[in-house]
Amino acid sequence: MPTATDTRVEPLLASWRAAQRRDLATHLAHHGPLSLGDPTWLTRMTKAVDEAGLTGRGGAGFPSAVKHRAARGAAVAPVVVVNAMEGEPASQKDAVLLTCVPHLVLDGAQVAAALVGASAIVACVAADQDVLADALAGAVAERAGTGWSPVPVQLARPPGRYVAGEESALVDWLELGRGAPRFRPDKAVPLRIGRQPAMVHNAETLAHLALIARRGPGAFRGAGTEHAPGTTLVTISGGVEHPGVYEVSAGTPLQEIIALARPGITPAAVLVGGYGGTWIAARHLDVPFAAGPLRALGAGPGAGVLVVLPAGACGLADTARIASYMAGQSAGQCGPCVFGLPAIASDLAALADGRADMALPERLRRRLGLVAGRGACRHPDGVARMVASALEVFADDVALHLAGRTCPGRAHPSVVLW
Amino acid sequence: MSRLRLVVDPVACEAYGYCTELLPELIGVDEWGYPIVSGDPLPEHLVALAREAARQCPRRALALRPTP
Amino acid sequence: MSSPVLWYATRATGMVAMVLLSLTVVLGLLTAARTTGRTWTRFAVADFHRSVSLLAVLFLAGHVLTSVLDSYVHIGWAAVVIPFASGYKPLWVGLGAVSLDLMAAVVVTSLLRNHLRAGTWRGVHWLSYASWPVAIAHGLGTGTDMRADWAWGLTVVCVAAVAGAAVFRLADGARHRARVLGLPAVQSRTPGVNVKRLVPRPPVPVPIATSAPGGVPRAHRH
Repeated sequence: MPTATDTRVEPLLASWRAAQRRDLATHLAHHGPLSLGDPTWLTRMTKAVDEAGLTGRGGAGFPSAVKHRAARGAAVAPVVVVNAMEGEPASQKDAVLLTCVPHLVLDGAQVAAALVGASAIVACVAADQDVLADALAGAVAERAGTGWSPVPVQLARPPGRYVAGEESALVDWLELGRGAPRFRPDKAVPLRIGRQPAMVHNAETLAHLALIARRGPGAFRGAGTEHAPGTTLVTISGGVEHPGVYEVSAGTPLQEIIALARPGITPAAVLVGGYGGTWIAARHLDVPFAAGPLRALGAGPGAGVLVVLPAGACGLADTARIASYMAGQSAGQCGPCVFGLPAIASDLAALADGRADMALPERLRRRLGLVAGRGACRHPDGVARMVASALEVFADDVALHLAGRTCPGRAHPSVVLW
Repeated sequence: MSRLRLVVDPVACEAYGYCTELLPELIGVDEWGYPIVSGDPLPEHLVALAREAARQCPRRALALRPTP
Repeated sequence: MSSPVLWYATRATGMVAMVLLSLTVVLGLLTAARTTGRTWTRFAVADFHRSVSLLAVLFLAGHVLTSVLDSYVHIGWAAVVIPFASGYKPLWVGLGAVSLDLMAAVVVTSLLRNHLRAGTWRGVHWLSYASWPVAIAHGLGTGTDMRADWAWGLTVVCVAAVAGAAVFRLADGARHRARVLGLPAVQSRTPGVNVKRLVPRPPVPVPIATSAPGGVPRAHRH
């Protein structure tokens, strides 16, 4: 099993570490050229992605090779959509990629475009993230006319709501200007922008793709474990001295990853994945950070978010805040989400404040069961999962709060970012 | 058992409730008026009624789909 | 052919059609309301609405047939659908034609509902709100029974019923709208503003000069 303190291999952030610059010349000097034109390249590269076992780094963890196969061979040339929306408030990794190594993301987009025969690349950055958009636009401008942009890249600025980064919502915005997630009863039917199939990739996934194209699957699999290969970016926040984005090998135990950020006190729990992720109790922090082991705890790597709840803080209070935020971020299309999430949030707020009525636990559990799986997207499912894990991990606090008392941690500053 | 299941399009559904009235054996209602559908294969004797319920939906949110 | 029987039939079918049409509108308003009864559930009301509307169409057909066939006054077939083309009381009979045309559109689209696009049926159905008052006006203008109290009374009852149902529907709609507008998902949807960024953070310039040990600092956000 990899450990975080092994000579930490940071292939994604290496060029930034070395030179603290993100321009094209620095990028090429560090990584060397990328050849896309050679005739055998397509077959070799397709095989390489399959062998590497690259999975999406946006939250769904979908195998990239499968995504490419689905998009290839369509009658109309597809569009590659770069998802740098970073809808998760507690995630910073896409921001770091765009401001430190944008050319790696753009290389990856060109590789993906070449793999599926795309005619266009659209890079999506949230409308209120001007700093990131400028960084990416700068990188795109540097490449124009140099031959490093065989497929033209456009920048798009959808509004930065939580669900706007969801795959179908992004395509919905690009196609119709709305940004509402779409009901997809059959996931095999590809998303389309007009007549063109749309292949959506997270920015980090593309950065990894760019490295696989240069160094082969072996180098990618050199980090991580057999079932969870490669490195991954995590954003550590909350009760730690050095919050930020770290590149770690997949499969590293959680507590070692968190140790990188120097948690001040022993963590009581960690929220893993994102605001729609799962709380993991302190005694389980030896779990390797990879899809398989995390699934056993009802969790997943998600968007690489790790929010550390220090001992002494009130997990229920923060869970209530997150639930309230998530209720407000519903797209407003589906009844169970639109009505269910605020109901759950208000019950959690009552619980956190110590003013819960006796019927609350049963009512809350019933509602968690009611909202999951009944929306067009997985937003309500995430909230239900996060809240259910909180009720389990903070069970002692729940008992205390139900008795009408609140724990001392109630006054502790929130680890939630807003 | 048939090879069909009921699927609700949650975006189109506006909780008219016609389906829940026509097919209470298979479609439940949550506290906000929205249909709860199990996704299990439909029993043969209820397929015709299920088709009727799908036809009556004012927003065409209910559909019969083949089981995966 | 002229016969008092035809004339009585025209008046009778006309009155019954007015009552049935008014009942149709009342039921339609109740169908759209969000509150539902225990016995008269929403589907039951909707189904009844459809049945009554078809019955109204039947009586309307009888009313049209007898009025055209009766040669005592001249109303040609054309005047049934072309407004104001009648020889007899062109204005008031013409309103009847207008109402019939609107009703025909509503009925045809309703029968073909599952083959039409989602918005088409709804849009056309709104015409029914125009068709009914025009029919009432037609009745008041052409109605030879309007000198009698019972005819006035019946008309007033129909109008009152529709008005009452309309008030109920509007109140129900307002209650539902208030409930939806209070929802956080709707509240927070200010265009272009991302709720999560509302907490102000000091802006930090990029690129970052110093690097925190181990990690890249979070300072790239503003």
